[in-house]
Amino acid sequence: MPAPAIVPAMPANFAADPVPVAAGGPPSPIRAYLSQRGSGRLADSSFAAVMLLCACSIFAIVLFILSILILRSHLSLVQFGWKFFTREAWDPVAGDFGALPFIFGTLASSFLALLIAVPLALGVAIFITELCPRPLRAPISFLTELLAAIPSVVYGLWAVFVLVPLMRDVIGPFLVKTLGWTGFFEGSNFGVGLLTAGVILAIMILPIISSLTRDIMMAVPNSQREAVLALGATKWEMIRIGVLRNSRIGIVGAIMLGLGRALGETMAVTMVIGNHPNISKSLFAPANTLASVIAGEFSEATGDLYLSALIEIGLALFLVTIVVNAIARLMVWAVTRGAPGRVN
Amino acid sequence: MDFQTRSMRLNSARRTATNYFVSTLAVLATVVVIAPLVAILFYLIYMGASSLNLAFFTHIPAPVGEAGGGMANSIVGSGIILTLASLMGIPIGIAAGVYLAEFGQGKMLGNAIRFTADVLNGVPSIVMGISIYSLVVMQQKHFSAFAGGIALAIMMVPTITRTTEEMLATVPHAIREAALGLGVPKWRTVVSISLRTASPGIITGCMLAFARVAGETAPLLFTAFGNQFWSFHLNEPIAALPLQIFVYAISPYDEWHRLAWAGALVLIVMIMVSVTLVRIFANRGALKGES
Repeated sequence: MPAPAIVPAMPANFAADPVPVAAGGPPSPIRAYLSQRGSGRLADSSFAAVMLLCACSIFAIVLFILSILILRSHLSLVQFGWKFFTREAWDPVAGDFGALPFIFGTLASSFLALLIAVPLALGVAIFITELCPRPLRAPISFLTELLAAIPSVVYGLWAVFVLVPLMRDVIGPFLVKTLGWTGFFEGSNFGVGLLTAGVILAIMILPIISSLTRDIMMAVPNSQREAVLALGATKWEMIRIGVLRNSRIGIVGAIMLGLGRALGETMAVTMVIGNHPNISKSLFAPANTLASVIAGEFSEATGDLYLSALIEIGLALFLVTIVVNAIARLMVWAVTRGAPGRVN
Repeated sequence: MDFQTRSMRLNSARRTATNYFVSTLAVLATVVVIAPLVAILFYLIYMGASSLNLAFFTHIPAPVGEAGGGMANSIVGSGIILTLASLMGIPIGIAAGVYLAEFGQGKMLGNAIRFTADVLNGVPSIVMGISIYSLVVMQQKHFSAFAGGIALAIMMVPTITRTTEEMLATVPHAIREAALGLGVPKWRTVVSISLRTASPGIITGCMLAFARVAGETAPLLFTAFGNQFWSFHLNEPIAALPLQIFVYAISPYDEWHRLAWAGALVLIVMIMVSVTLVRIFANRGALKGES
């Protein structure tokens, strides 16, 4: 950051300094104009203060979310303590609450989503940055980013009417036939359940992971690629040694950002996961996630303890996503810092 | 051919094969990723266009069992909530971005705010919803358009802040220094020189944030709540397009499913139009920067 910080004081200095170049005579019109206009110091400092206030409001928002969630979940925090997260019971009628089934549902669906999305996203990023003919690059990037612009509820709508029947009638039976022996595909398959939620989540987090990975791979300097190619490597070896190895921390960061999104995704998951708090080995079984139990039960929560338990689930979701996002951001920053600005 | 050359040849064949194999995988992955997008868009246009009619834009929802009805009140309601959110979110977001780019460079506080904004960007929207519910709705004892606006505004702020900052960082220092050298106060330099030069990029950022929250459902579930009738009061529950789509999608009635598809098509078209406008703005900005 160069000098500008001291420059604004200039007009004030001119006005305060009474010694003109030609002593005695009347001040020049410019000098007279500047001295009667006065100093911008007050305006400057109040402008800076207002900007600072707005910037600090971002802190305030995070602090406020945290404090209001703690305040409103107080009842449940006191009643159940840490055991809340290890108990399996979810019985609103008896006032007995535990978050374990939802934690399981969230982790399982997000893990499934990553399992499907990560290899595909890496493939897309490699294709766009290294293999794609130049004229195709922009349209494909645009198409994958278009996926990110589709609202969650529209994904949900599509999933309910297209993906669920597809899972029930085609993909489900196929999985039972080929992978039935693993025990992951048991029980009756209604089309809604963990697997369907994982698939729709994968479709939703793909654009985030692939566009970030693309940016990170583009930040790898070309000299790295050229060096590896000059040693006689094939294109794939160049990508593996020259590009992927250099950007692995950033790619892990991108995956974690995708994970952060998957953990908190609400609407589409609520519409296809079956909304039943249960822990089962079968991927066909209906389940429930932290976010979808809030969406599904919050408005019909009767009784303070029920509401408080749901808000505590929100608090847990908030803290987990903050930690995941913070780690991810640090990783992405570590790689892209100092890289030339994004080239779209 | 001695042994060594032979093994090298074999090795080379293996490497070439791996190369082709992986390239094919990458191409396949791209096709697999683009397929659902195309499927979603086509199905949406097919289902949506066949259910769209004039009544959709002029009527409020019909009671169960009656044919017809539309989502006019949801479209207007979405408009009201989004206007509220933009009025609150955009000024704060831009101001915070200005602070980061013009005053907070290299300071601890600046970095901390940047980091917090990035983290806030990843907070699930449902958490925003229950926080605003706890703060506004619990105090007021009723759902309101105003609460929905606040929830969406909070979601807009971090995106706008970060893009504003990035765009201001691309303004050359020479222009700022020229203005300051002429005796222009700093605040005036920021407003008329930096912000003005970066304005296409900043508008892009604002519209992206707008497009992102326009489709949000989760934060509105417990704040705006939805309404089957006309409502123009900021202090009352109000209908919103994404909410109405959700309600109709999980309902058991075919007629409502039809309306949900039509609503989704209208929502997507609205978002696509703003994203396309963003592209046009961004391109114009890039051209301006070159000259």
